[in-house]
Amino acid sequence: MTGESVATDAVAELTDLAVWFPTPAGMVHAVDGVSLTVRRGETLGLVGESGSGKSTTGLALLRLVEPTAGTVQVAGQDVTRWSRRRLRRLRRRVAMVFQDPQASLDPRHTVGASIAEPLAVHRLAASGTARRDRVAELLDLVGLRRDLAERHPHELSGGQRQRVGIARALAGEPDLIVLDEPIASLDLSVQAQIMNLLRGLQRELGLTYLFIAHDLAAVEHMSDRVAVMYLGRIVESGTPAQIWREPAHPYTAALLSAVPVADPPVQRSRQRIILAGDVPSPIDPPTGCRFRTRCPQARPDCAQTDPVLVEISSGHQAACLFAGGAVRAMRAQPTNASSP
Amino acid sequence: MNDETVLSVADLTVTIGTRRGAARAVAGVDWSVRAGETLALVGESGSGKSMSVLAATGLAPRAARVTGDVRLLGTDLAALSAARRRRMRGRHVGFVFQDPMTSLNPVLTVGRQIGEASEVHLGLTRRAARARAIEMLELVGIPSAAERVDAYPHQLSGGMRQRAVIAMALVCEPDLLIADEPTTALDVTTQAQIVELVADLQRRLGTAVVWISHDLGVVAGLADTVAVMYGGRIVEQGAVDAVFAEPAHPYTAALLAARPDPDANVTELVTIPGTPPSPLELPEGCAFWPRCSVRGDSRCERELPPLVPVAAGHQVRTFYPRQTREDR
Repeated sequence: MTGESVATDAVAELTDLAVWFPTPAGMVHAVDGVSLTVRRGETLGLVGESGSGKSTTGLALLRLVEPTAGTVQVAGQDVTRWSRRRLRRLRRRVAMVFQDPQASLDPRHTVGASIAEPLAVHRLAASGTARRDRVAELLDLVGLRRDLAERHPHELSGGQRQRVGIARALAGEPDLIVLDEPIASLDLSVQAQIMNLLRGLQRELGLTYLFIAHDLAAVEHMSDRVAVMYLGRIVESGTPAQIWREPAHPYTAALLSAVPVADPPVQRSRQRIILAGDVPSPIDPPTGCRFRTRCPQARPDCAQTDPVLVEISSGHQAACLFAGGAVRAMRAQPTNASSP
Repeated sequence: MNDETVLSVADLTVTIGTRRGAARAVAGVDWSVRAGETLALVGESGSGKSMSVLAATGLAPRAARVTGDVRLLGTDLAALSAARRRRMRGRHVGFVFQDPMTSLNPVLTVGRQIGEASEVHLGLTRRAARARAIEMLELVGIPSAAERVDAYPHQLSGGMRQRAVIAMALVCEPDLLIADEPTTALDVTTQAQIVELVADLQRRLGTAVVWISHDLGVVAGLADTVAVMYGGRIVEQGAVDAVFAEPAHPYTAALLAARPDPDANVTELVTIPGTPPSPLELPEGCAFWPRCSVRGDSRCERELPPLVPVAAGHQVRTFYPRQTREDR
């Protein structure tokens, strides 16, 4: 984007990452050749449906899953082969916020104890008093009353619990926060509060986020750059405006057309691209382009060639042999099933 | 579309006894749905949207005390014996819930489960029920239905399972389909498939649909009328176009504004402070008052606003309805 070299402003970098899991049914190719860079101070949005590998990609940045191939770099250091002991240092640099704050907080610990835990693990507070002060400061940052430190997670609402999860992630002053579906299990009125909080904290503290979600509108709102994943691969990346207004990959276009819009006349008359069937098994992904089995514009070439990400305009990349043209053809011939 | 009312609910209340006291889950709800029509019940967690429908169809938990007048095809359900009520529900009402596995038995083939209802309620033989199951699987768009009829639920994907549940719900061609967050656990592309499927089947079969959802976008595309629930009560009700275009209740308006809109470049989203109230600790007066940005006066704190019309067929429960276009 700017002339600055990627190496200096990259907080985290994945290169040709593959994460495979052995299962009784065969090898699951959860992530299968993903390269991405998260730059300091930005939000990179990672969007995809279940089985796309977006969460596994996030976990790989913390080395919470073992990479099968490729490298993981954080703050300029290659951490791919780091030992368990050195990983503790990594986990101060990269923090994580999970979808379900109920599951990620210990129900027996008070809120204060949960937030103080990373301070103790990373030896960030010299005394009990210093720790209590820091916990109070973190509660202020996430908009919770200080007296909530004495409460247990079950006494909090879902939104308050997610604020505690964010305070915990902030405790170690990380270089990068991986937000894995942070609003998915919250009520609509609370989702907006959490999104505003995350953006406010980013402005105030200069944070860097990897925002992982299936909700395209939320990703668009939160991100500076967006990467769309399908079956273990990034199929398109660009600015939110590029992705939203000029999707170049047929999958992105189909995904966008499936996002419901809260405007009845618009939603009823929209031309939708309804994809046939389900996502294929990641055990045996299709040859060539992985999306070709569901792509309304698939051609014989698509079974032969595995498309790589190519730049179609500044900062906008798509992995499709017919990038741009396929989407135009789909929009001209929508497969909308609503006509009786 | 005809005027036949399939299900009507009047002054429905549901109180649930818990260890922490009585929870007033639903407090005086009225709605009805006609053949071929889709009514959407919208709300956040604890609003009473699911409980009102479960109670109306006799599926409320044992600890719940239900009062009110519920009529299915003109029959007062409370006047029936439990066995007759169950039979009537089985014959005339189909259910689709969020998690298909709550409706499917993991140790029976999907074909058996779809066929069973038609044996019980339509008197089909085992063999005819199997043929009917294959027909239903085809109808809901499951490929190679003649083979899939012998599949067990775990052999199907999430989207296919929800299709099988829809087949099960519609096998007796019910007059009413209750869909309780049926697409919430599905991916957006699968969600779009399921929404299209239900809309298409409804057009063909003339089924009345009650669709319960928190997703305003999904509701916008499929509802004829919408009832927005908050704290166990309907706070706004009307034709879907009117409610979405000119929301009169501050809660509806805030909910519609809280979604990020990719076509509008905003930094700060509109938020509603606090969280939806628990049915155990509902405030006096207007339940939305503590979170409301309008906050008229102390009357809101003390008195429950009545549900009043703001336009033909459009009602709202607030002392301070937002101005509609004609007023401005």
